[in-house]
Amino acid sequence: MTATDATEPGTGPADDTSTDVAPAHRHPKAHQRAGRLGRWIDSRTGIARVGRGALNKVFPNHWSFLLGEIALYSFVVLLLTGIYLTLFFDADSTGMTTYDGSYGPMQGVQVSEAYNSALEISFDVKGGLLVRQIHHWAALVFVGAIVLHLCRVFFTGAFRRPRELNWVVGCTLFMLAVVNGFAGYSLLDDQLSGTGLRIGYSVLISIPVIGPWLGSLIFGGNFPGDDVIARLYPIHILVVPLLIIAMLTVHLTVLIRHKHTHFPGKGARDDNVVGERLWPTYVFKAGALFFCVFGALALLGGIAQINPVWLYGPFRAEDVSSASQPDWYMGWLEGALRLMPGWETRIAGFTIPNPFYAGVVPAAIVFGGLYAWPWIERRVTKDHAEHHVLDRPRDVPWRTAIGVGVLAFTGVLGFAGSDDVLVVTFGLSVNQAVWFFRVALFALPVISGFVAYRLCIELQRRDGPPPLPTVPVPDTETDGSAGTQDPALVGDAGGGQRHDGSDPADA
Amino acid sequence: MPDEQPQRRPGGGETFPAVAFALAIVAVIGFVAVYFGSADTQALGIFAFVCLMGIGVGMATWAKRFLSPAEPEVEDRGRLASTEEEIAAFHADFDAGEYQLERRSLLGKLLVGAVAATGLGALVPFLSLGPNPKSSFKETPWSPGARVVDEQGNPVAATSINTDGILTVFPEGQVGDEFAQTLLIGVRSEAFVPASGRESWTVDGVAAFSKVCTHAGCPVGLYQAAQGLLLCPCHQSTFDINNAAEPIFGPAAVPLPQLPLSVDADGNLVADGSLSAPPGPGFWNQNRQ
Ligand code: FES
Repeated sequence: MTATDATEPGTGPADDTSTDVAPAHRHPKAHQRAGRLGRWIDSRTGIARVGRGALNKVFPNHWSFLLGEIALYSFVVLLLTGIYLTLFFDADSTGMTTYDGSYGPMQGVQVSEAYNSALEISFDVKGGLLVRQIHHWAALVFVGAIVLHLCRVFFTGAFRRPRELNWVVGCTLFMLAVVNGFAGYSLLDDQLSGTGLRIGYSVLISIPVIGPWLGSLIFGGNFPGDDVIARLYPIHILVVPLLIIAMLTVHLTVLIRHKHTHFPGKGARDDNVVGERLWPTYVFKAGALFFCVFGALALLGGIAQINPVWLYGPFRAEDVSSASQPDWYMGWLEGALRLMPGWETRIAGFTIPNPFYAGVVPAAIVFGGLYAWPWIERRVTKDHAEHHVLDRPRDVPWRTAIGVGVLAFTGVLGFAGSDDVLVVTFGLSVNQAVWFFRVALFALPVISGFVAYRLCIELQRRDGPPPLPTVPVPDTETDGSAGTQDPALVGDAGGGQRHDGSDPADA
Repeated sequence: MPDEQPQRRPGGGETFPAVAFALAIVAVIGFVAVYFGSADTQALGIFAFVCLMGIGVGMATWAKRFLSPAEPEVEDRGRLASTEEEIAAFHADFDAGEYQLERRSLLGKLLVGAVAATGLGALVPFLSLGPNPKSSFKETPWSPGARVVDEQGNPVAATSINTDGILTVFPEGQVGDEFAQTLLIGVRSEAFVPASGRESWTVDGVAAFSKVCTHAGCPVGLYQAAQGLLLCPCHQSTFDINNAAEPIFGPAAVPLPQLPLSVDADGNLVADGSLSAPPGPGFWNQNRQ
């Protein structure tokens, strides 16, 4: 392993050799027992060889590298709490029953078995409400941490070669997380989730050519259909989680293969990793973070009410709860539906209905743009080199400006998704609010992008001249000079990675 | 044991992490006690929080006091790509195997074709998931002579709807049906302008429109009688009831379908035909026969 190669010439811990033998002196008995079991395993797997490399693996240290970890730990919490909930939940939206649990206002009401079991978990299973609420909060934090992690990766250019693959896998994880969040809160068959499902159905059938078939196949006929909740359940608890686990496995394997990126400074170069060793420092920090994330979610689940389905009531086709708010990560899609003017297209007797333009097109553009970004950026920069040292956001003002603009765009849509709440809060008319958001949707991204751009330039100016260029890993795709580090390339490639404000591609 | 001293850095104390871990154990006891007692959600949550945070904070402070290296570690990143020789060797081995297959290239193509066809064929059973949407999407739930009933299934007399009043109704036997839900509205006769050909569709100042929003299907239930506007709570589409329920604001692009009404011998409302268009949100071939 390269790890040991690097630590031996004096850069590693001073007591490198003494730590290797110390445990044997300290706890001879325990050491022998562990040794026997260890030898049994090792002689069948050769684990010690690999394991030593893992122990010495170096992880760079920066708070923003924890965002992805928070997402991972929220996912673990989702699995743990989700398994518990499946033991009580009944995904049957067609069988009706008369509610007779301990929530007074709902007693005697005809409800579906799904809604009934959601209420049972909330009021009659000891600890059930805590687990349910932790699960819901964990889902919100999961998607939130993914979005922040994605922003970190975007603004620091961590998606550049060789990490394009992990960028694509990460975007897929983001989509899967959103899909599973929506599927999850649609299961409870309450008024709010029924309304969400209905809108989802309408957006689905608005897709040209395949839309009606998709709607019919997923819902088992017209909305509401008898089957959709029974079908969403295995999708929510089995299919998507398995896909997430598969994608996570790829994501983390590739991460280990690449070794983590690091910020410039402290001797960080493109051919090394500067940070802390896995054992024990990183293990303890990661473990601590897991328990802190779990603890924070437990507190939220205990004291912060979330998705009180008993207040929404069971789903009935002819009712709708006004001012109903979807989970936060669906808000921007809801906002797009609200801001869209009443247009639709009719060509040769065919119709492209309004929800397609608002519900499908923006999502397709945002996710399509996300997936394609590493290649879009490369077209502009012509930068094919490997990068392991991160950009600071100010280093690439035009990328930062675009990122800020996209965040502003989706942010305005998200707020527009709550415009009825804002209307009540600020005493506007719905008409005024919608027009305000329509203007803001296009003005704010431009303004905020421009401000971000100027800010980057200003920060760069205060930094003074850029630090010395880093040593690049030779680019085998273009120069083919495998294994040799041509001194003539060093300054050129290193210097070319930094973009100043006069970059021609800033449009 | 001098060999374990270098790991410790001066000034560190064990007290804080020890207290945190101990607190975690105490919190578990509290959690269990609450579970067997009141099972109060907030108390359970707070004990779970103290327990998990105790472990987490304890680990973090322990790591900080004893484990952080003074100097950052440096590891060689190694090379990612294979060398030219490795790639060449791979090609050589691959070609050696491929050579044996080459002369049977037709077989190879057939194999790929067979696997692909099998994969596509395996998708066909998924069509069992739902009916062909062609028929079901265009059904209109009302038929001529269908009795109008309210949410309890009782017939509705035309006189029971006052001016400015509204009532959600269904065709008899379809109470609660998503696409059949219809709104009776007591319109103001001086403001209401029936669309041409629909002059006889109202009875005693009662008009009937589909309650399913043409945008994304929400029930349009907020009636502003003074302006004759019907509002959808989902995305604020606004329909002008006095002008054939044309959309005047929001994302809806087509009017709410209207139901022609008449009365039976008992003075109760019945449908005098089907809806003027299929109700609900649009789809690409909605106007094709
Ligand atoms: S469903 Fe009525 S406005 Fe969208």
